[in-house]
Amino acid sequence: MSSQRDDHAYWRANLKLGAVLLGIWFVVSFGFGILLVEPLNRIPLFGFKLGFWWAQQGAIFVFVILIFVYSRLMKRIDRRYGVHDDED
Amino acid sequence: MDVQLLTYLFVGLSFALYIGIAIWSRAASTREFYVAGGHVHPVANGMATAADWMSAASFISMAGIIAFMGYDGTVYLLGWTGGYVLLALLLAPYLRKFGEFTVPDFIGTRYYSNTARVVAVVSLIVISFTYVAGQMRGVGIVFSHFLGVEIELGVVIGMAVVFMYAVLGGMKGITYTQVAQYCVLIFAYLVPAIFISMLITGIPIPQIGLGAAVNDGSGVSVLARLDATLVELGFGPYTQGSKSTIDVFAITMALMIGTAGLPHVIVRFFTVPKVSDARKSAGYALLFIALLYTTAPAVGAFARLNFVETVHGTGYADVAGWFKSWEDVGLIGWLDKNEDGAIQYAPGAPFEGKPEFDGVRGPDGQRLIRNAPTGNANEVYVDRDIMVLANPEIAALPPWVIALVAAGGLAAALSTAAGLLLVISTSVSHDLIKKTMARGISDRQELLYARIAAALAIAVAGYLGINPPGFVAQVVAFAFGLAAASLFPAILLGIFSKRMNREGAIAGMVVGLTFTFAYIVYFKFVAPGDNNAAHWWLGISPEGIGMVGALANFATAAIVSRFASPAPEDVQQLVEKIRIPRGVETPHTH
Repeated sequence: MSSQRDDHAYWRANLKLGAVLLGIWFVVSFGFGILLVEPLNRIPLFGFKLGFWWAQQGAIFVFVILIFVYSRLMKRIDRRYGVHDDED
Repeated sequence: MDVQLLTYLFVGLSFALYIGIAIWSRAASTREFYVAGGHVHPVANGMATAADWMSAASFISMAGIIAFMGYDGTVYLLGWTGGYVLLALLLAPYLRKFGEFTVPDFIGTRYYSNTARVVAVVSLIVISFTYVAGQMRGVGIVFSHFLGVEIELGVVIGMAVVFMYAVLGGMKGITYTQVAQYCVLIFAYLVPAIFISMLITGIPIPQIGLGAAVNDGSGVSVLARLDATLVELGFGPYTQGSKSTIDVFAITMALMIGTAGLPHVIVRFFTVPKVSDARKSAGYALLFIALLYTTAPAVGAFARLNFVETVHGTGYADVAGWFKSWEDVGLIGWLDKNEDGAIQYAPGAPFEGKPEFDGVRGPDGQRLIRNAPTGNANEVYVDRDIMVLANPEIAALPPWVIALVAAGGLAAALSTAAGLLLVISTSVSHDLIKKTMARGISDRQELLYARIAAALAIAVAGYLGINPPGFVAQVVAFAFGLAAASLFPAILLGIFSKRMNREGAIAGMVVGLTFTFAYIVYFKFVAPGDNNAAHWWLGISPEGIGMVGALANFATAAIVSRFASPAPEDVQQLVEKIRIPRGVETPHTH
């Protein structure tokens, strides 16, 4: 059993990672795709307008990456605090 | 071979596969029936989740809606994918650690209250039935379009197939049929998309084709061409929306939160062995979903461009065959307002309401329409739902592609219907019967109740599919709005706030539900004439009000919880336990 204090530190590390990733989630979708879509649309990206690309393509790619990054980094944090669920 | 024969072949083969899986994966215990024994591989669960999630609406309707909404279609693309980030980071791993069978189970246990459990069951049932009626209808429509079967018979065949694997196999049967259904539906979606991208841009990857130049030597990109063509006809440019920014924001947020709170999606993550598998599995689920969701905007743009260029200014006598065949089934209509024999396409509805045909042909051979014409120049009525189904015909693709699309549409509708029916039946047998009404029943009795509940739910869903209440299309906003305003905040607070108590959670759910329900009912049914931006609160449409409902839920829970004692010690310990991945209970078979 790990101590109460370790569990607290683990939870704080977890919350910090979640906050950073959700920040990115918000910026690429609500930021680039919705709130800033008009200024970004003035920038061309191949045949796309940049804002439109974020809204209908880019943000979705980033969502997928975010979850895999979360899964990978959480595994590392789980191990650091000794709370991982791998079979021994 | 002709299209119909091929369609029978493809649909028949796919159905035989689903039934074969059903027989192979019969459930022997409640644990297998509810969560497939808890040992589904994360990649398999990712595929099953993708099929579970992508419904008849995603497969058949979404690209068509985007084709006609342009940038505004973003709300669906972002809303129905971004929710998975919330699900993966905030809910799925903890609910897996909790280790029970249903969503109301978590809410009832975490808030030590059967009232909370019953509120959760009620929202779950309303959300899921709203959703399932549309799926059964989708099954019926695909059958009637492609196989020439009556819609009613199509629904009954669909019910029989779902009955086979949902009642026999429960979650175990559903999981493995959903894996097969994902493969069928994604193949059926990508093949025509790749063909059409090749035809229009010469590039086989639709996601790149969308930004590439049109294949006619002009060097103009697809989107630039689409913008220019539409502006010329008097539409707004495709890449700019007509909804206000606040409404796009609110709808996207409501759909994201709603997606993360949908019970049939959440329970899929109860089926993997470990917490780390739940995280990974959410990544695979979204990857498999994104394959379709990033293709859809390309399909939408290609379809709109194809549609405008083949239809506008063409004489009816010379127009392509698909235009006439969809006119024959009443999903396209042409009213020759200026009597020049050519089809003019412009903004606005060509006439009042849906086309009513006189049963006689006009001078050019078109079906005459008796609706009162509107004052604008548009002469074409087109049902948005046909875009995906008609695409292979518009692009003149081989018959086997058309047959494939039919099988794919059925896979999408059946997989979602089965997932929804399962959560309905398990919340009845487990949460209402076992945990509330008849506590002492054995595992075997509970399993029997689960099967009976599943059979009844299928019957009700079939009835709703054959006799759809007129308001089905209007109440889809309910499913997401209610999930966003009730279940999502209650689960989130249950994990992230140790002290959140029964009083706060129940008050929050009731306020969120009531507010969202009242707002939607007011604008959809009480005063539909006022359903426009000028009357909406803060300019937020009923589709987006779930965001405000969720905020109201959070705020109410935070305030009310202060006036009652914090959650008891054993519940706080439970919360500490679900926050730690180690020590997932190993699945026990009965």
